[in-house]
Amino acid sequence: MAFLHRHRGLTPYLLLAPGLAWLGVFFVVPLGFLAYQSLQSGNFDIGYAFTWTWGNYWHAVRDYRAEFIRSFEYAGIATVLAFVVSYPVAYWIAFRGGRWKNLLLLFIVAPFFVTYLIRTLAWETILSDHGFVVRTLQHVHILSPGGRLLATATAVVAGITYNFLPFMALPLYVSLEQIDQTLVEAAQDLYASRWKAFLRVTLPLSLPGVIAGTLLTFIPAAGDFINAQLLGSPQNHMIGNVIQSKFLELTDYPAAASMSFVLMILILIAVLAYARAVGTEKLTG
Amino acid sequence: MTDVFEQQLTRQELLRRGAAAGSILTLPGLLAACGGTGKKAAAGPTSHQLAKTLHFSNWTLYMDTNNKNHTHPSLIDFQRKYGVHVQYTEDINDNASFFAKIQGPLSRGQSTGRDLIVLTDNDRYLGLTIKKGWAEKLDKSAIPNIKNLIDVQRHPSFDPNRDYSLPWQSGMTGIAYNDKLTGPVLSIDDLFGNPKLKGKVTCLNSMGDALGLVMLANGDDPSKVTDKTFNRAIAKVKKAVDSKQIRQFTGNDYAPPLAKGDLAAAMSWSGDISQIGNPHIHWNLPTDGGDIWTDNMLIPKGGDVYTASVYMNYVYDPKVAALMEGGDPKTGDTGIYYISAVKGTKEEVLKTNPAVAKNPLIFPSKKTLDNVHIFDTNALNNQKYITAWQNLVSA
Repeated sequence: MAFLHRHRGLTPYLLLAPGLAWLGVFFVVPLGFLAYQSLQSGNFDIGYAFTWTWGNYWHAVRDYRAEFIRSFEYAGIATVLAFVVSYPVAYWIAFRGGRWKNLLLLFIVAPFFVTYLIRTLAWETILSDHGFVVRTLQHVHILSPGGRLLATATAVVAGITYNFLPFMALPLYVSLEQIDQTLVEAAQDLYASRWKAFLRVTLPLSLPGVIAGTLLTFIPAAGDFINAQLLGSPQNHMIGNVIQSKFLELTDYPAAASMSFVLMILILIAVLAYARAVGTEKLTG
Repeated sequence: MTDVFEQQLTRQELLRRGAAAGSILTLPGLLAACGGTGKKAAAGPTSHQLAKTLHFSNWTLYMDTNNKNHTHPSLIDFQRKYGVHVQYTEDINDNASFFAKIQGPLSRGQSTGRDLIVLTDNDRYLGLTIKKGWAEKLDKSAIPNIKNLIDVQRHPSFDPNRDYSLPWQSGMTGIAYNDKLTGPVLSIDDLFGNPKLKGKVTCLNSMGDALGLVMLANGDDPSKVTDKTFNRAIAKVKKAVDSKQIRQFTGNDYAPPLAKGDLAAAMSWSGDISQIGNPHIHWNLPTDGGDIWTDNMLIPKGGDVYTASVYMNYVYDPKVAALMEGGDPKTGDTGIYYISAVKGTKEEVLKTNPAVAKNPLIFPSKKTLDNVHIFDTNALNNQKYITAWQNLVSA
């Protein structure tokens, strides 16, 4: 303790040390290993050797451009849909939930008590060709008589939206809940309509939640493969499916590693562009 | 606000946040540190002492089962006879992902925590595991019943003297269809080309299974794959994918949608259909011929050789094999309903469950067996082929 008294400035760093160590061991080191592996050549039978094989990256981009684009497309649509669905819900819980707030939040989180895989498999039943949803949509001529939802892009995007919805809804709720209602009242006192007060006061104040929610949804969604595998057809496969197959089926670790890196870099670029567009200072509130 | 004041505030803030962040961040780390590594003291190779527990990893729906109390009678019987409890886990869903799971510890020389696993000969991982030296040699002195192994299974290319593996079950790959949605689908050309089935059929995602059938439909020999026959087969599947005829590539998971009616027909394994027991689902070998494959028991490095060998000897007793294969209608036990590699099983099943003994999918006739083919082992390990196949299946 005497040591800490003398070097007070060290205390925060000592307290941070476990966290930093955790990040180092479980994030930086594996990432370094992934980078190392992505430049290897060889195969599982003969073993891998580090050969600065930059070609792995070139092949990833050249051969799987369609899957990369599709992943960003699906993840983007799903993020927008999740936002459109979540915002009113989060708004309603934050401002109208009253004493039921916690229970209502629990409803949003409840699906998370079930395994990801099972949740996705449930959609196979919901969207089944002979199920209620498809028959109703056929009845009102949204779907053609022989049309289907399963094994289509619609099902994949719906699955992703559903599976990542809480990641959107919870940050939105947190930022909405913190908004001081007197500010909205003040706006209305100054002759802002309710809509205008929402646009000028509530929405800007909830932006940190919007940004956190969209990032938390978009980033994992872009790398997802379960939804495309279970709810999609071979035409709907995302980059996650290719990485999974390279890693598990082909044991082509260098290819899988380089594709993961390309995905990471693309996501990073997208996030930076997004942060720049909406303003980074809003990230932290 | 003075600089000093600001600095102090920041430090307090930092302290507070640091403490919170530290406690949150380390929690998963702690959990990870507490988790077991799955390491187990390896039994000595010469040990002739039975272990208390046999850790057996197998595929789903691959053991005789009493449907009333969901137990496996043959495993209970084994425990009664030998005092060894079988820790039976159905955690193998396909060869590739199971191999991915065990290859980590095996490549580091650690135990997988399993004494017995089951891998298929029409995928490359069985041969690969043996070639890498990741399988224990069987203790044949403990397996006198090895004499009951059927002749065709005695010298497979991946293990010519059966030093490391013994067949668990064999099965055939063919076509299943649901008669509520379609007439009989008896050929790959029909499955991949009939416009009435568009988007209502699936193809198996294992190369050996799928391309075996397609090559036979092309009039090519799946047991001797050449670049020409391979490319021709790939082109045929690709055409069916591009025309959206094929809805998905599947493992075992084609069965529920087929029963539900989302699929009209599917490339499928014989035993699955026997087990579903749905009168509307029919399974046939394609007119051009089908595939046969065999799942093999292996002892992964670090597994208990003696105990696992004693178990293998137990299941190679025709009486036990009959109970496992055919179940027992009297006690409500369902069998495995695949194809046994143990001589004398059919004779025993005739006594206990004649209906099963006469089922041509479980005890196929010579005519059927003449119409099934084994996929080329070399092709399974050809990096060029497996890459081309995976690109088709997953991209």
